[in-house]
Amino acid sequence: MSGESPRRPPRQTLSLGHPIVRSIVWQAVILGTIGWCVWWLVANTMHNLEVRRIASGFAFLHREAGLPIGEALIDYSPENSYLRALFVGVLNTLKVAAIGIVLATILGTLIGVARLARNFLLAKLASAYVELLRDLPLLLQLFFWYSLLQGLPGPRQALALGGDVFLSNRGIYFPWVEWTAAHWAATVAALAGILASVALTRRAARIQEATGDRPHVLLPGLVLIVGLPALVFFAAGAPWRPDVPLLRGFNFQGGVRVTPEFAALLVGLVTYTAAFIAENVRAGILAVNWGQWEAAGALGLSRGLQLRLIVLPQALRVIIPPTTSQYLNLTKNSSLAVAIGYPDIVSIANTTLNQTGQAIEGIAIIMAVYLTISLSISLFMNWYNARVALKER
Amino acid sequence: MNFFKTLAVGAFIAASVSGAALAQQATFEAVRARGILNCGVNTGLAGFAAPDSQGNWRGLDVDMCRAVAAAIFGDASKVRYIPTTAQQRFTALQSGEVDMLARNTTWTFQRDVQLGFDFVGINFYDGQGFMVKRSANVSSARELNGATICVQPGTTTELNLADWGRANNIRFTPVVIERLEEVNAAYFAGRCDALTTDVSGLASVRASRAGEANQHVILPEVISKEPLGPAVRHGDNRFADIVRWSLNAMIEAEELGLTSANIESKLSERNPSIQRFVGATGDFGRMLGLDNRWAFNIIKQVGNYGESFERNVTPLGIQRGPNRLWTQGGLMYSPPLR
Repeated sequence: MSGESPRRPPRQTLSLGHPIVRSIVWQAVILGTIGWCVWWLVANTMHNLEVRRIASGFAFLHREAGLPIGEALIDYSPENSYLRALFVGVLNTLKVAAIGIVLATILGTLIGVARLARNFLLAKLASAYVELLRDLPLLLQLFFWYSLLQGLPGPRQALALGGDVFLSNRGIYFPWVEWTAAHWAATVAALAGILASVALTRRAARIQEATGDRPHVLLPGLVLIVGLPALVFFAAGAPWRPDVPLLRGFNFQGGVRVTPEFAALLVGLVTYTAAFIAENVRAGILAVNWGQWEAAGALGLSRGLQLRLIVLPQALRVIIPPTTSQYLNLTKNSSLAVAIGYPDIVSIANTTLNQTGQAIEGIAIIMAVYLTISLSISLFMNWYNARVALKER
Repeated sequence: MNFFKTLAVGAFIAASVSGAALAQQATFEAVRARGILNCGVNTGLAGFAAPDSQGNWRGLDVDMCRAVAAAIFGDASKVRYIPTTAQQRFTALQSGEVDMLARNTTWTFQRDVQLGFDFVGINFYDGQGFMVKRSANVSSARELNGATICVQPGTTTELNLADWGRANNIRFTPVVIERLEEVNAAYFAGRCDALTTDVSGLASVRASRAGEANQHVILPEVISKEPLGPAVRHGDNRFADIVRWSLNAMIEAEELGLTSANIESKLSERNPSIQRFVGATGDFGRMLGLDNRWAFNIIKQVGNYGESFERNVTPLGIQRGPNRLWTQGGLMYSPPLR
């Protein structure tokens, strides 16, 4: 008996008119076109480089560089490879960026707070600073600082700042100690001490929450941070040979040197970026409602605790995202170093691509380096931003 | 900014190099169609390529560009001068931004073989030297141990300096700045004890400081060979031939005693070498794809090599030295035009 057969769903036909099919087809076409364009560009470039007998590939990285580099954080001499020369450049970029970010943050915060100060002169000076530094092109400022430092007297007429610190157009020289294994060990011990103190503080907070009593952390912390490295240092024999800059021949020898190129770049980047960070800080503090201060006061918190516990955590939420952009700007702006002779990655990669003729590879390396640094900064700052963000439960 | 310029040039290469082998064999046709020669020169090196007070480019390298324009167009003024820094010059040529380089560029193996260029001759035999302040009381480069030395990046100079330091066990601190003006300024400001580049460049830099020229000494040591010459893209043999023979024509003319002043009157001279040179016999111009009066035009409008040297380089206080003709004990020698 054939009653009524179960009702079939309407047949799905795979026609081109079907929305899903249509969207898949279009996406495939677009993806394919882009892919084909990229492939065509790469293949054609390779082919034409070959035809023109322009070398390509990264084999040059292991060839002897032969470049002299003025300042390097690791041992470098011209017989090292291009790879090591580029690495020296990356480290130099990281050095100026890392120190620059820390100093710009401190200076920017001070100026941002100063702009809000009740003291008329201080507030106006801070405003003038921000407007002046923010409105002039950075390259111009770098040239200004560099020519200012070049205008200093020569090494034989160096300005003695006392305590064996000398300022000349070769840079600032100051005394240091001969760095030995014992100094490294002490540094490691100090870092370990800091980590241990942090753990101790956390433990103290846990105990306080559980029992209401907060164990003392100040004294054990001090012992860990100061005592431990001191112990290690003396156990290693406490070697202490001062390394004092002395004028010998053309220049000072010994001591620690800050070159005019590095100093000009650092000062230029810090003062310029600080102007922007100051505005972020000011915006952040103004964004916190005045009632928050009053409410905190009503709880009996001191002015310092009001700022630390109530206002700053809220202000940071406004400050951090734009400041992340400023950190990225500072890092990328450090590429202007090439104009004043600081051997950063751009400077060294430029020279490399010029000596080897491999412009495309050279540019690719520069892009990869900046992309890596910038993404790392973004990742870290996003993590930090998430930590201070409003917790919505 | 230079970085962005380099980036742009890099992108331009990537794009233009992929542009289906354009300009591969066709520089000559492209120049002819454009009606003007794009010539890569220095950003400003007196005696070689620098604009004068009226903004006209002058110098030995500029004359090289003018000679090629005279050969191609019969008009030496049809040149667009494109100033390039030491670092930009090679990408500029590779990417086709310039048709040729006449930019005091040293002919080296790597540049010839690996960078995709052909050097077509030598228009100046040079060597690398050092310049110091007279007040520094230095009389030999060997006394430079511990010195700070200013140098331009992307040059053979930079590499020679490192080699020389290693070979002679001389430690020095380099200050490497891309723009010629900036690196010179750093030296004059006292940032460096010594400036190093080709001896001709040192003389040029010194001459450009009118007031204090005698306060700077060029040390006697010459630490390298620097044969400077015009370069074109590899594989474009026709254009290479034109540039090569434009240079050779200037040298040959000096040997034949042809100058811009007298070449008109030598048109009817019986000497078969001169007859061939001015295009009265031999059809050489047509073989290059040019007018038969190509060499005549070069000499009439630009002058022979000696004239160009006298006009541009001699005022810097540089002797002809190795740049004299081979017949006078120098190295300047043109293969025969026949």
